[in-house]
Amino acid sequence: MTQMRDKLGRPVVVVTGMGVVTSLGVGKAENWQKLLAGQSGIRAIKRFPTSNLKTRIAGCIDFIPVSPFSAPALEERLGELAVEEAIAESGLGRKGYFPGPMFLAVAPIEIDWPQREELAKASGVDGSITYDDLIRAAGSGDFRAFHNRFMFGSVAESLADKFGTQGSPISLSTACASGASSIQLGIEAIRRGETDAALCAATEGSVNPESLIRFSLLSAISTQNDPPEGASKPFSKNRDGFVMAEGAGALVLESYEAAKARGAKILGVMSGCGENADSFHRTRSSPDGKPIIGCMHAAIADAGLSPDEIDYVNAHGTSTPENDKMECGALTAVMGDRVTQVPVSSNKSMIGHTLSAAGAVESVFTLLTLEGQRIPPTINYAMPDPVIPLDVVPNFARDATMRHALSNSFGFGGQNVSLVMSREPG
Amino acid sequence: MTDAKREAWITGIGIVSSLGEGPEAHWQALSDGKPVYDATTFAPCIVHPLAHVDFDKQIPKKGDQRQMEQWQRIGTYAAGLALDSAKVKGDKDILARTHMIVAAGGGERDSAVDCAILDGLPKAPDHDLFLNERLMGDLRPTLFLAQLSNLLAGNISIVHGVVGSSRTFMGEEAAGIDATRIALARINAGQSDIALVGAAHNGERRDQLMLYECGHYNLKNDYRPVWDREPGGFAIASMGAFLVLESREHAEKRGATPIAKLAAVASDRCARRQPGEIKASLEKLWGKVGSAVSPATGAIISGACGAEPGTSEEKAFLAAHADFPARATGSLIGHGFEPQFIINIAFAALAVQHGRLFAPCAGAAIEKASDGVLDKTLVTGVGHWRGEGLALVEAVR
Repeated sequence: MTQMRDKLGRPVVVVTGMGVVTSLGVGKAENWQKLLAGQSGIRAIKRFPTSNLKTRIAGCIDFIPVSPFSAPALEERLGELAVEEAIAESGLGRKGYFPGPMFLAVAPIEIDWPQREELAKASGVDGSITYDDLIRAAGSGDFRAFHNRFMFGSVAESLADKFGTQGSPISLSTACASGASSIQLGIEAIRRGETDAALCAATEGSVNPESLIRFSLLSAISTQNDPPEGASKPFSKNRDGFVMAEGAGALVLESYEAAKARGAKILGVMSGCGENADSFHRTRSSPDGKPIIGCMHAAIADAGLSPDEIDYVNAHGTSTPENDKMECGALTAVMGDRVTQVPVSSNKSMIGHTLSAAGAVESVFTLLTLEGQRIPPTINYAMPDPVIPLDVVPNFARDATMRHALSNSFGFGGQNVSLVMSREPG
Repeated sequence: MTDAKREAWITGIGIVSSLGEGPEAHWQALSDGKPVYDATTFAPCIVHPLAHVDFDKQIPKKGDQRQMEQWQRIGTYAAGLALDSAKVKGDKDILARTHMIVAAGGGERDSAVDCAILDGLPKAPDHDLFLNERLMGDLRPTLFLAQLSNLLAGNISIVHGVVGSSRTFMGEEAAGIDATRIALARINAGQSDIALVGAAHNGERRDQLMLYECGHYNLKNDYRPVWDREPGGFAIASMGAFLVLESREHAEKRGATPIAKLAAVASDRCARRQPGEIKASLEKLWGKVGSAVSPATGAIISGACGAEPGTSEEKAFLAAHADFPARATGSLIGHGFEPQFIINIAFAALAVQHGRLFAPCAGAAIEKASDGVLDKTLVTGVGHWRGEGLALVEAVR
């Protein structure tokens, strides 16, 4: 059974379950249908007033009730939905028991304004409040729920508890590459032979005033509020930033051998992963593109492939002026002359940038692309950028014959991950 | 490729805490057994402040320092010390292959901005629009980057050029335990040859004290050693701890000197619904990591922090292994969450390197004197809320 091992002799890692939630809806079926139809989930923000903000749009998920509302509470709920769908599809384990570890990409967690205001109120201080007053209030009341909710490990703790994953759940952040890192950790654990299965999930629910304003102050997000659906336009000449969005993705990874042995349906192969950090700048990538080129090369080599064998690229494609140009340059360096013939599309044109969740959400979509042999488009592509001569699958979905796909995730802080996904061999 | 488990050595240590900076200063301070804490600045909370550090020595550009919050400076500094200690600082070829795992929380908030907004909100004609307006006007744009969890690793890449890979684990104590576990597993399995793993925490932060005060965790009014803190509490601490881990082959090939061998790291999670779960979790880890260690040449460095029920259950666990001398360094350096387990691994490495255990950290019965030759040291990590871990550090002779 040589196909159970890859060219480097490691266990082949396959996907047997997937789940996803985005601003387009809950579940793979609804998301996939809307992606192929070129629909956008970006809307005007209704969660809080935005009339005095430069950016007033996002891919908010307001159709899933969460109470009491907070970013980690929403992330937990979105994560739950995605994981539930993934585990159900895989048929692995049983209710409350999953036979492997969990790797969860999650946004950094901190106490938010509603909690801070509650503590301020409890302090009884009227004017000139200090953190010492807040500390005193915290100690004199029962605010244990705040502590438990705002631990960095709290979302993973709840999900591990609910789904019964094994061992210590790992919460991680590599900024916008986080979702891909969670998959990479799962691939590596299976390749080490530590486990036959891993639950890799990623969740993001941070459309709140302070997070939005922080990105706005970095001039990273689009201010083209009208119409909201038109704001995210990766690779277009008039792109002006990404659109913040919420979502979650989850994948059940298994060794091919274990999955075959139990007769599981194979949804695709996680054939390679690569990473490379950038030491150039906190928010900008190296002008020579070396780290992201190295990252893609590493993933393709890890899959035992050559760049010529990549049939589709699920781009990071954020719609920021810098990313899309850099990504195109790096793809050109990796693919050579072939770069203009390989379809490269950005799911973010429709679902926005789901930040910590993006790598996992877009891996689910990449695998659906391979499974359906149909590529979701890059929408809002009305003004091509002459310096980006890519086939971005403009505006309309398209059929294609594809065996191997590359998915890119590049993060603030220079943390880059590429994944190669393939159809089941044979 | 995963058939033969490759040995992993600790070839670099970078540590900074209230006790000072670097292995020698810490070994001396551990031998003296005197805690360094501040009971006045954050009164009534007891805090272990960072010893004086000249950040210029590891972060030469002032511009880089300005872009960081204190926790990032502490971490970037400790990472630099570790790279120096392993003699790989500036070695572009090695740093390009060095895999980094950082365990991180987040950065400090701007207290003045927060408090001014809290003062204004109740009187504002429109609450939400006022919040938007003040955040837009008052937040420093770069503060976000100084707060983001993954930007400690980002700063280490920028300042020290570690670019093989960069991952950040979050989740308080468990993040430090699992960062070490995964870095070791990757070396054992041949997935990497050399890794930088570590964490940093700034305890001199009122926003952090507020968060933990919500859970009633802070030690207040009088300092006491961790074993003697009924009804429980930790003294929050500033510290940074980084290790360079390396496969034996890689270290030997470049002529690096091992400080110790990191033989095993295991972690666990229990929901802590019933009394005794934490002790049971530690016993399970003992079965995986500790059962073959002889008390004649072994010791335990405990990560007990004073929070309950963890510290009492760990005390019961240690009592069940009372033939091993134990030391809870949290009595001396306080509790730093993510770096706690890692700094204790560093202390364990120093102990086996010296071939002896340091003095008791507190006058508790559990910390009996030890004058035997030390070959192996176990390190416990019990999160104040979640997460258990156990490591085994062995002498390389």
